[in-house]
Amino acid sequence: MKVLVAVKRVVDFNVKVRVKPDGSGVDTANVKMSMNPFDEIAVEEAVRLKEKGIATEIVAVSCGIAACQETLRTALALGADRAILVETDVELQPLAVAKLLKAIAAKETPQLVIMGKQAIDDDANQTGQMLAALLNWPQATFASKIDIANANGQMRATVKREIDGGLETLAMPLPAVITTDLRLNEPRYATLPNIMKAKKKPLDVIKPDALGVDVSPRLTILKVTEPPKRKGGGKVADAKELVAKLRNEAKVIS
Amino acid sequence: MSILVIAEHDNATLKSATLNTIAAAQKIGGEIHVLIAGHNAAAVAQQASKVAGVAKALHADAPHFATPTAESLAALAVGLAPAYAHILLPATGFGKNAGPRIAALLDVAQISDVIAVESADTFVRPIYAGNAFATVQSRDAKKVVTVRATGFDAAPATGGGGVVQSVSAPADEGIVQVLGQELTKSDRPELASARIVISGGRGLQSGENFKLLEALADKLNAALGASRAAVDAGYVPNDYQVGQTGKIVAPDLYIAVGISGAIQHLAGMKDSKVIVAINKDPDAPIFQIADYGLVGDLFEIIPQLTAELS
Repeated sequence: MKVLVAVKRVVDFNVKVRVKPDGSGVDTANVKMSMNPFDEIAVEEAVRLKEKGIATEIVAVSCGIAACQETLRTALALGADRAILVETDVELQPLAVAKLLKAIAAKETPQLVIMGKQAIDDDANQTGQMLAALLNWPQATFASKIDIANANGQMRATVKREIDGGLETLAMPLPAVITTDLRLNEPRYATLPNIMKAKKKPLDVIKPDALGVDVSPRLTILKVTEPPKRKGGGKVADAKELVAKLRNEAKVIS
Repeated sequence: MSILVIAEHDNATLKSATLNTIAAAQKIGGEIHVLIAGHNAAAVAQQASKVAGVAKALHADAPHFATPTAESLAALAVGLAPAYAHILLPATGFGKNAGPRIAALLDVAQISDVIAVESADTFVRPIYAGNAFATVQSRDAKKVVTVRATGFDAAPATGGGGVVQSVSAPADEGIVQVLGQELTKSDRPELASARIVISGGRGLQSGENFKLLEALADKLNAALGASRAAVDAGYVPNDYQVGQTGKIVAPDLYIAVGISGAIQHLAGMKDSKVIVAINKDPDAPIFQIADYGLVGDLFEIIPQLTAELS
């Protein structure tokens, strides 16, 4: 069973971004970039499926600028077999990425496409669901546990997913799109030997045109601004003082 | 053109986030229809039809809508879509699951987690864990929008015309099965809409220790929340998580206990009216945004607080 994992290069989760004074966007110059943490979880899950003998090949895909090759090399070092970069300098939004991934899926015919539930830069939480819609495949979002088994010759996935009130378990035939949530697994670190081996694994670069996809953005970002600043208040000495302040000063308790 | 608000409910009552979503629809302007896809959910349709600003409730009833999937909701919504220029869903797990599927089927962008409406085609949304706000404009003929509840005051429960219209539900394709749900049972207020939230972090050290917070929550009639660390460690179920990829809350009072204040946690609570932080580390980042900080041992402080409130 082939698994396609989509990964995104994003600003590292530890970075506190700053808004550019001209309001045109967020300052990402010289900022540390990493694989989207939820996509790391997706790569890890794919690798575990391969270790269990369920997945036979893992193909990592990323869409974006040439530097995304670094992210793909990380995926290869973690255990992906091959990588594909759909290279473009156009600002990619989820619908366009979903269309690119659909085109890749048409060529690669995976039984499972897995990716993070959201990217921590745009926080959109859309791409997986959109891809599932375009492929007319079932979707299981916010997965915290994935079981894949062969039932009478049909591959099926049972997915436990995180919902607002707790957990929900879905069953579906493959092929399907699954998006990962925090507790699905704890990703491994790439070892140095694997990082070296990854340099030799195949990484193909293709253009959106070659896939017949129009990637022009649908949403125009008019401006990016800072949220209202929140300043810390003072300290209180003890529980008694806290209650008094909450009652008499803040007036949030009676 | 009209606006379709896809309601979130439990077949008995509307979830509060639906009321905030209807409020966002009012800001867009236009006739508002609320879609209730449910099973034996007539009471919800009635309730929705009476909400201020609602022209009518559309009620699609079918057994498979008792716990709808993204696939079944999308099939229903896409069938109704031609009449609407805007389709809104609450930015809850429910809305986030279905919204993008609907958008892609309509070949339009989705604008996620909107916190403000500037006009019918321009919205403000948080990016980078809420460290920046993006004002975005959509050129698509239809806008699919998920609405962050904390961005809009709930629409009042009365004022709507009380008109309910039945709509047919497409048959269940039967491809995806919902095998079951494990829902946290609690008498406490719902975390996403509570007036007071008490959240515990890694500092609590165990699930058993959360009982300390429960006693305090009882006194304040508060909801309980948690940081990612506490959930990952198994102290509390996943639906307690407040943060960038968990619940976004903005209560009148947020008490963060044993929580350091990572960027990702702040994203979920920094719009609270009053923030209290209790932590033994005076350098914990949470103190930078707390209105009242109390440095000390939470295992002493929380019982003291609980006693003070008796």
